[in-house]
Amino acid sequence: MTFLTTLLSGVSQGLCWALLTLGVYITYRLLDFADLSVEGTFPLGAAVTAVLINAGVNPFLAILAALACGMLAGFCTGFLNTVCKIPPILSGILTMIALYSINLRIQAGKATVTFKKDSVKNLLSGWFSKLLHTNVNEKYISIGIGVCFALLAIILLYFFFGTEIGAAIRATGNNPFMARALGVNTSRMTVLGLMLSNGLIAASGSLYAQLEYNAAIVTMGQGAIVIGLAAVIIGEVLFCHKDHSFAYRMTAVVLGAVIYYVILAFALKVNFLNATDLKLITAVIVTFALSLPVIKGFIADRRERAANRRQYADGGADHA
Amino acid sequence: MLEMTGIRKTFNIGTVNEKQVLKGVDLHIYPGDFITVIGGNGAGKSTLLNIIAGVHKSDGGRLVLDGQDVTYLPEQKRARYLGRVFQDPMMGTAANMSIAENLAMAFRRTRTRGLRWSSGAAEAAHYRQALERLDLGLENRMTTKVGLLSGGQRQALTLLMATLQKPKLLLLDEHTAALDPKTAAKVLALTEEIIDENGLTALMVTHNMRDAIKLGNRLIMMHDGNIIYDVAGEEKRALQVEDLLKKFETAAGEALSNDRMLLTQ
Ligand SMILES: Nc1ncnc2c1ncn2[C@@H]1O[C@H](COP(=O)(O)OP(=O)(O)OP(=O)(O)O)[C@@H](O)[C@H]1O
Ligand SMILES: [Mg+2]
Repeated sequence: MTFLTTLLSGVSQGLCWALLTLGVYITYRLLDFADLSVEGTFPLGAAVTAVLINAGVNPFLAILAALACGMLAGFCTGFLNTVCKIPPILSGILTMIALYSINLRIQAGKATVTFKKDSVKNLLSGWFSKLLHTNVNEKYISIGIGVCFALLAIILLYFFFGTEIGAAIRATGNNPFMARALGVNTSRMTVLGLMLSNGLIAASGSLYAQLEYNAAIVTMGQGAIVIGLAAVIIGEVLFCHKDHSFAYRMTAVVLGAVIYYVILAFALKVNFLNATDLKLITAVIVTFALSLPVIKGFIADRRERAANRRQYADGGADHA
Repeated sequence: MLEMTGIRKTFNIGTVNEKQVLKGVDLHIYPGDFITVIGGNGAGKSTLLNIIAGVHKSDGGRLVLDGQDVTYLPEQKRARYLGRVFQDPMMGTAANMSIAENLAMAFRRTRTRGLRWSSGAAEAAHYRQALERLDLGLENRMTTKVGLLSGGQRQALTLLMATLQKPKLLLLDEHTAALDPKTAAKVLALTEEIIDENGLTALMVTHNMRDAIKLGNRLIMMHDGNIIYDVAGEEKRALQVEDLLKKFETAAGEALSNDRMLLTQ
């Protein structure tokens, strides 16, 4: 029973981060832009959501509003980088710290704003309970919502990156010289990619607040960038080959987020570890994921050597 | 076709590294010209091409392309009119995208990009046909990532991409310099074929003086930020490598006559 509970809670948390992971994947892998605004846009999505839900706005609309605000933040980072020519990391940091203050303003100075009206989760569990005449486990509702949003995002992104503009964004990240020589406005594509990414990340923050906390917490974004990167790396290392398709890769990184949270959920069950060890566990998981290729290579190399030794040991016996 | 007047370029103005690279270049390119450009290392050949392409902004002078003043037009807007192949085979293609995707990018060089699907079946047939003429078997590897191709294959592909939509001016900057002699000869032959067939106007930088004489209808020699020799037609056809060497020596002085690259014959 506890095993299932732990698993479910890991999966549902991981799915909240699916959109963030996709956003991070877009900037890091497609645009080749180390964007740190993430840490500010994630709680921004939550803050906007909290204010709107408490004002009586439909929680689904609140997610869209969070998306729009995230895109605006992404635009700022892009503007700093492409117009003011500030290096990517610094552009992201500037947006991030500006958002710390802005998020607090949105939350009227409060570090935590609890939802006073229904979130997406409450709304749906209410519907389903009425429909099925029984109480549905909230975790299942969360997981269902998370899966739906992740799938929707993957499908839309798949189509978007197949269009002319989408291809131009990928080319910009891959080889800006070539992109410009072929008539692509690389600055505009960078801004567009950052808007898309940060929009997804804010939507992710909105979902996280609605599904996990029923509140917006201003410190929610701390470490978000590491989690996003960890998810991307775990997904790629475990599931991806060189020539896997784009849709497959996006699914893989989303699974990376889920796996990361499942590991984390079980790690926190270990007796001598407690919640304050979270960051340390994160560091260990990411380090392990990053060194997986090296470990794989080491094992393959050992095998090859052993085979080689056997072959020549046999050869030696022949000559003797 | 292209009129350059008084183009000047100085890098790192106001620092100890200040270097005047172009010292007022005037060049008039006529429609159908295939010009080969020679000159020692650092003469300013690449800078000249980069100014035409809009990679660098000139410090002074005027650039008129086909009647349109493009002096201040940004690089990506000029790209509509220009085809470019670089010295570095990695520069002209996107390694993580497939051959078809790269061609689709090139196919849209002259258009505004929108939310249309970036490559359809009809286009694929067109690309296959175009690849067939390269005779490298790439038509059967359209979904292969370009990063897996050899330098020569990538350069041939870049050439194809640069001319997929007919450019007003084709800029080739030592595009065979990084290739082995056999591949270089093949890519060069292909270049000549494509230029001939489509009646392109082209500017080709090379360090190989035989190629510079053999190819094209006009030859210019650059030295120290100036065009010091401009020859076309009969006179160019009659040129010998020795003539070029002599020209270069009188211009550059004995000290520079052992320029390693220029002496490639
Ligand atoms: N971006 C830049 N910043 C500073 N200096 C530059 C820059 N680009 C070129 N230069 C300098 O300008 C001079 C001319 O360079 P350019 O690349 O045009 O020469 P080139 O004729 O193409 O030579 P090569 O045959 O070696 O390719 C060189 O001295 C070079 O150091
Ligand atoms: Mg050069």
